[in-house]
Amino acid sequence: MGKIILHGRKVVGGCVEGEALVTTETISGWGGIDPKEGTIIDLRHELAGEKFAGKVLVYQGAKGSSGWSGQFHEARLNNVAPLAMVFNETTTKIALGAVVTRVPAVTDLDQDPTKVIATGDWVKVDGDNGIVEVTKK
Amino acid sequence: MYLRDDEKAMLDGKEGLAVQKAMEMLVRYGEALGAEKLVDTNNVGGYMIADKVQMERFGSFNKVFSELSIDSDTAIEFPKVKVGSCQFETPMDPDYYHLAGKTKEDYDLYQKNMEFLANMGIQLMCTCTPYQVGNVPVKGEHCAWMESSAVVYINSVLGARTNCEGRESTTSAMLTGKIPYWGYHIPENRLGTHLVEVECDIKTAKDWGLLGYYVGKIVQDKVPVINNIKHNPAMDMIKHFGAAAASAGGIEMYHIPGITAEANSLQDAFGKNKPRELITFGKKEKEETYEILNSIGKKTEVDFVMLGCPHYSIDQIWNLCKMIEGKKVKDGVNFWVFAAQSIKDLAVRNGFEKIINDFGGLLMRDCCPALGRFKPEGSTVMATDSAKQGHYLPNMTGIEAWYGSTQECVDAAVTGRWGGKL
Repeated sequence: MGKIILHGRKVVGGCVEGEALVTTETISGWGGIDPKEGTIIDLRHELAGEKFAGKVLVYQGAKGSSGWSGQFHEARLNNVAPLAMVFNETTTKIALGAVVTRVPAVTDLDQDPTKVIATGDWVKVDGDNGIVEVTKK
Repeated sequence: MYLRDDEKAMLDGKEGLAVQKAMEMLVRYGEALGAEKLVDTNNVGGYMIADKVQMERFGSFNKVFSELSIDSDTAIEFPKVKVGSCQFETPMDPDYYHLAGKTKEDYDLYQKNMEFLANMGIQLMCTCTPYQVGNVPVKGEHCAWMESSAVVYINSVLGARTNCEGRESTTSAMLTGKIPYWGYHIPENRLGTHLVEVECDIKTAKDWGLLGYYVGKIVQDKVPVINNIKHNPAMDMIKHFGAAAASAGGIEMYHIPGITAEANSLQDAFGKNKPRELITFGKKEKEETYEILNSIGKKTEVDFVMLGCPHYSIDQIWNLCKMIEGKKVKDGVNFWVFAAQSIKDLAVRNGFEKIINDFGGLLMRDCCPALGRFKPEGSTVMATDSAKQGHYLPNMTGIEAWYGSTQECVDAAVTGRWGGKL
């Protein structure tokens, strides 16, 4: 199967590739994730119980409390951060969170990544050039 | 991102290593946002508490805060803050730490945190509601605040300008007096985007919580304009509305024509914008929201009643006192009320704390269960009048939660049973 290439804007530079974990929903940081385990703990979330550690997290955006960046910052220190972030909506929470998680991050893509990418797809995130390359599973 | 001369000087290290590292943080952050420049601020609200795990990992406050508060790999020595700064709420009440499952060691570290922050010049308000205890920004004032419920309050009700900042950006702002000029600092981003027509009576705090939770779920982080409000809300109701809206979605700004700071009319609220979507909030939506908020509650035997999220005002404490005077909490139920220390001091002076104690409850300060990730030992079912706490605490502690009015929570405390309904 061919590759799908999405073009967007750099949030944080760097280039990595890995397996995608996708949700069309927004994610809460504080109260929504467990920064020790690298999992989603929001009981009302479609990814409740899923592990994002080491995956390319593809999601709508950030929501909830201002503890967002602090939680993902802790996840990085605990080596359970996502491998990269690809999202639709830029907010202060998500921009600060991506910066302190220090993983490649891209937004403002020419197609909705939460529709194009499915959980389990192989995704290369080139933060420096704002490019996301998707290989369907 | 464009930097002015004073900002370049900070980045070049002319004001020392700490200010330089803080400015580096703000530049990385501003560029991630796509901000065009920074703006001056003289009012920063942040969170800088080091916990035991962090202290063990890094060894000193300077090292913990270098990593976690300004994202610097280089350990710096923190100077005094450059601009007006306050500390939001904290993970524990030093008077009742043992009830929250914290140890004497945690308590000692807490007091050392307070001392360190006070020496930096950070005001120890220790509340999610600094605007209730003296920090009331002026309309148009650029701020850099954390705490989603406070952000939405000062933006919307007061007309101050802040985004929902985080730990690293607020500490950097304390040291530099700068924050990215982006989002709600820019006038056109403050205009309404979604019209919410309210088709049922919104009178009580419980109604305001339901309306906020519904609107937050629907509009997420956009700017709703709430139309057709027939009864002017009390400050505590609108505080609760914003907290609910910010937890269910990511609302940082809303308008209520005739009530909030920047909207004397519906036309003011939208300005040049056309509403993207029309949302109605009627009986059906109210019922649905009530069901969602109460979907985590199964058992009706309540063993924990939590009031004061966001932190109670003195009015709320007094209203509560009128409900509980002469009554008793049922054995086995913990009844905890949360407020800022200065509000608690007033409650003690007025004899309100004694009324709560005589009822069998406790008035706590500085913290809340969700932020401190605690609940009374062994408790399994909570009743609360806070949509926000009902939203978060089950995720964090596994407790079941019921949401209702303050009176329903008091009844649950007296009978040990949840009997709330819409």
